[in-house]
Amino acid sequence: MRRRAFLPLLLGLLHAALLLAGFVAPYPYDEQHRGLPYAPPSWHARAETPGTPCRVELLRGGRLFGAAPPCGIFLLGTDAFGRDVFSRVLYGGRISVLAGLAAMLLALSLGTAAGTLAGYFGGWTSRLLMRGGELVLALPWLYLLLAVRAALPLHIPTEEAFLLVVAIIGSLGWVRPARLVRGVVLSARERPYVEAARGFGAAPWYSIRRHILPETRGVVLTQAALLVPQFILAEVTLSFLGLGIAEPVPSWGNMLAEARQYFALVDHGWLLAPGLMLIPLLLGYFLLADRWLAEPSGTRVPEGHGCTPEPQYRG
Amino acid sequence: MGGRISCSTARALAIALACALVARGGERLLVQGTPGVAGGRLLSALRIEPRTFNWAVAGDAGSREVLGLLMADLIHINRQTQKTEPALAKSWQVSPDGRRWTLELRQGLQFSDGHAFDSSDVVFTFQVIYDEKLDSPQRDLLLLDGKPIAVRALGPSRVEFLLPEARAVADRLFDSVYMLPRHRLEAAWKAGKLGDAWTLATPPAEIAGLGPFRLKSYAAGQQIALERNPYYWKADTAGRQLPYLDEVRLLVVGTEDNQVLRFESGETDLINRVGAGNFTVLEREQARRGYRMQDLGPSLETSFLVFNLSGQASAEIAARQAFLKRKAFRQAVSAAIDRAAMVKLIYSGRASALAGPVSPGNRAWVDATLPAPARSLERARQLLAADGFQWKNGALLDPSGRPVEFTILVSNSNPERQQMAAMIQDDLKPLGMRVNVAPMDFRSLGDRLQRTRQFEAALLSLGSPDADPNPSLAVFLSSAGNHLWNPSQKTPDTPWEAEIDGLMRRQQVALNYAERKKMFDRVQQILVDYQPMIALVSPSILVGAKTGLENFRPALLEPFTTWNADEFFWSRPTAGAGR
Repeated sequence: MRRRAFLPLLLGLLHAALLLAGFVAPYPYDEQHRGLPYAPPSWHARAETPGTPCRVELLRGGRLFGAAPPCGIFLLGTDAFGRDVFSRVLYGGRISVLAGLAAMLLALSLGTAAGTLAGYFGGWTSRLLMRGGELVLALPWLYLLLAVRAALPLHIPTEEAFLLVVAIIGSLGWVRPARLVRGVVLSARERPYVEAARGFGAAPWYSIRRHILPETRGVVLTQAALLVPQFILAEVTLSFLGLGIAEPVPSWGNMLAEARQYFALVDHGWLLAPGLMLIPLLLGYFLLADRWLAEPSGTRVPEGHGCTPEPQYRG
Repeated sequence: MGGRISCSTARALAIALACALVARGGERLLVQGTPGVAGGRLLSALRIEPRTFNWAVAGDAGSREVLGLLMADLIHINRQTQKTEPALAKSWQVSPDGRRWTLELRQGLQFSDGHAFDSSDVVFTFQVIYDEKLDSPQRDLLLLDGKPIAVRALGPSRVEFLLPEARAVADRLFDSVYMLPRHRLEAAWKAGKLGDAWTLATPPAEIAGLGPFRLKSYAAGQQIALERNPYYWKADTAGRQLPYLDEVRLLVVGTEDNQVLRFESGETDLINRVGAGNFTVLEREQARRGYRMQDLGPSLETSFLVFNLSGQASAEIAARQAFLKRKAFRQAVSAAIDRAAMVKLIYSGRASALAGPVSPGNRAWVDATLPAPARSLERARQLLAADGFQWKNGALLDPSGRPVEFTILVSNSNPERQQMAAMIQDDLKPLGMRVNVAPMDFRSLGDRLQRTRQFEAALLSLGSPDADPNPSLAVFLSSAGNHLWNPSQKTPDTPWEAEIDGLMRRQQVALNYAERKKMFDRVQQILVDYQPMIALVSPSILVGAKTGLENFRPALLEPFTTWNADEFFWSRPTAGAGR
């Protein structure tokens, strides 16, 4: 079906563009064109002095397209320093999407594990894990992170900053999925087929793997789709504390932080490009999650059943 | 325009009028200029909510902004002329040695609650400020070389101030030292509870001052309403008592963007210090929306890149100080920075590139002979090469072969300074220097700078409350806590810092301007030569007000716009957001 192929194609193209930023982007992310600050988006190449003949060339200097200096091609305009927003969106997307996905995987694995254990075993295991989670939610993280920042060296290289972002976001973000998963597991544990399996002597791990975890798939997938954008934005907060990706390396988070000022919104709307890029990407993830939910079992899950899936009686 | 004459001068001109005034409301100060129309309300938006109404413990900008309207000082610096003029003191004499100042107070003045004001309030105010237990933020400003001024009442309307040392312009010290009412605060002070007095929760009727307005109501997080002080001590040439406005309302909005939105939509009547980007947006709409924006030119604020030259740094930083401490390195950095691009790109042209540590906005004191700062990578390379620096694969190595890399700290709440840091990073790249930028919250930044000394370089800005060189003693003296590159030295570390110390101390006691200017020029030249703090730019003061607001005369000194709020009036009584 054509509609079915469209979505993976779109997501594939987006990810390919991000991965191949070094080829698709016409400029390095930190190249400044100080003569052309806040240039609006345009298909045409342009120069600082009007009247200079400018031409867009394909496959120029090892990149997909470009324009010979003093001309520049800025598909999504430029920022305050005359840096190409299109190039920065691509380079920044690489970092943000990867950080969002990695942090999501970390948070979900921790959350699913904690939620399943708490839900299945109950008792003090549950109390320990859930109270622990509440403690995580209740801690004044801002101040703790400030303390973390003070303990770290002044300059954090980009790779370390990236891992730091993933670790911090992932280890703070597990509580919500854990609580949701626990809820699903609690109800799944009481289902007749689970009780029957237990009655036949199934070990807890067998039950969890065969009967409980498949029940949580809906919650986990929707959470996955919801957490990615949340985590991409969380990176902004960390950058604000000096724990995120530092200039001049772009991330969608630190690019959006720049566009947050009133005059930027009024006069230089193109600085919001990273936010617009999020839309097709996240829509893609949402739809993909929706389809995953529906497909493997062969039965279409009715709309809106992401969070509390229908019991599926099997084997 | 705007100059005021003291009551005694006025009396010589119009004896009958002045006598009538003395009889009615004490010895009033007559304000020159065309009389205005009384009535109306002024609405303005505050970026920061005040923390207290108690000036003795107010250290934050939000409180000071409000207190400026509620309180008054003995001698006042006219924000427009930048000269001192009589306020609560109608005249003063100085002893020949420059240490004994005798101030003559206006007679018959009353606080905003109707209670009489006299010399006992002045003595009380200084007692409170110098009280070590209270630890007032104003205390440091009034200590001369660590010693207090001895204050003595010589009668109900005469006060003597004995300075610990002679000061050239000691009259400027009295500006913004607000007189506190003894009858309201003495009990709290004696009980050791003055720090808790006059909080935001105090009923407005208990708060009294000598300013043009008095507190009417306060709604936390929303607004502060001020009303006309019926006992105010200034009048216009027609004999009408000031202020003209019935009411001032200060809305608490939190951010500059909110201030801009409120002002643009006509909800507020004036806006104080907007950024260049927002100014451009507001200016475009000004004709249609009925307000006028003004660019007052470069402020007294200067931004600069400071290097850590102190001896007490960690081993890692000390290793980098091997090049940070080299004069040629700092000169090369200064030569490589493109200040013109900063002005153009970050401030849309609404700033000035700095040649030295004093802003060109400070016309009386800037050393105009310093060469204009022009970027020259060639000069930078020459300076580095001549000092033994080398290049290897494009990377710069210091004379001992260590790669030149350092980190600039910058406050994360100031987008302009963050952008400047990013530009410096890019400017120094062609020299082969690796520069990192570490944004952090202002408190951690201050802590690293002043306490732990864990930094290599930092991008900061310094504001100045006054155009005079004396406030900069707190930065330039090697013994000062704000001597950012190497604070609180017991004895000056370097001969050039010793020379600055000597010049700054001598200009303090020199009694004429030309002599002081010569010494202060030399200080500026030394700082430009040794570049411990590389001056970058001075942003312009950008303000705006509704077109019907008369007597709106913004100035370069704080509080920029509301310094003469007692003279504001609406050309049409129905103008203004408040109506």
